Amino acid sequence: MEHYLLILIGTVFVNNIVMSKILGLCPFLGVSKKLETSIGMGAATTFVLTLASGASYLIDVYLLGPDLSYLRTLTFIVVIAGIVGFTEMFIKKTSPVLFRVLGIYLPLITTNCAVLGIPLLNAQAQSNFIESLLFGLGGALGFTLVLVLFAALRERLEAADVPKPFRGVSIAMITAGLMSLAFMGFAGLIR
Amino acid sequence: MLSALLVLGGLGLVLGAVLGWAEVKFRVADDPLVEKIDAILPQTQCGQCGFPGCKPYAEAIAKGEAPINKCPPGGADGVKRLAELLGVDPPAADDMEHKPRAVAVIDENTCIGCTLCIQSCPVDAIVGASKQLHVILEKQCTGCELCLPPCPVDCIHMVVVKEDLATWKWRYPVHTLRRVA
Repeated sequence: MEHYLLILIGTVFVNNIVMSKILGLCPFLGVSKKLETSIGMGAATTFVLTLASGASYLIDVYLLGPDLSYLRTLTFIVVIAGIVGFTEMFIKKTSPVLFRVLGIYLPLITTNCAVLGIPLLNAQAQSNFIESLLFGLGGALGFTLVLVLFAALRERLEAADVPKPFRGVSIAMITAGLMSLAFMGFAGLIR
Repeated sequence: MLSALLVLGGLGLVLGAVLGWAEVKFRVADDPLVEKIDAILPQTQCGQCGFPGCKPYAEAIAKGEAPINKCPPGGADGVKRLAELLGVDPPAADDMEHKPRAVAVIDENTCIGCTLCIQSCPVDAIVGASKQLHVILEKQCTGCELCLPPCPVDCIHMVVVKEDLATWKWRYPVHTLRRVA
């Protein structure tokens, strides 16, 4: 039990997928202009990433096995695209409100490299099913946390008096770098 | 090799089947009324109705938020068809913002051949090439006036189409119904 809790905390804070693995940077910079949209994107990613980690584990172990492991990247991409498509249709039918909130971010998840990265890292680390699921969930929660924090920071930056050459994307990049440094402080939390 | 093909092919088939099943199972019908209204609108996307395009205007009509006579390119014919579709009376002639049918004409002496009006024309009624004189095809022009603002030398103006034997047509009958009870 403690092991699983450590995995969860570790992926959210210490090995944060954006801040220390540098994955999923496109939505991190692209969807962080407004707090609400970043929350929507985070929720959608959490859902898809958890599902994708579980499905990828099953496919990797039971379908591909050691012989066909060179097909991993290809199969994972196909599976993720399928899951995203299915999720989109399911949410559209069951919860139109949520569908309107998530909107364009749902299909965008297909191209989020974090969603492909976590299943591949799982396969590399030979995690078991529960561990894979937790890695997916933790990674996605970490992604959401960082995305929401970053969006809040950028909303404040809009009102701040930033020197002219640093305005716009440059100050966003600098802020991201500083945030990454701050997240390094978690490194001592779990060995 | 064969197993790889089988695995990937099978995966594709399964996912395709699941997605196809979901498409049928989770189908959500879009509001059919919006589609029908949108089909009647001329799709010039000119924005003269005050909405950013034909589809938003159609949505507003379907919700009852916009009157049906805001579309100059659609003309009286369009208003009549919308009224038939929605089961309402066409607005009486004097409520309608009536404009005489007009077409745009390019002044041949001032046109510099910049092609800006060609890009703005929603019905491709302007012919011409870079640094060549442009001409507006009178028959295609809907009189939407979208080509006026982009012209840098203001050489386009609207000319009211005079009624003669070729352009005259029957007026649409407008009946004002009086409520009895």
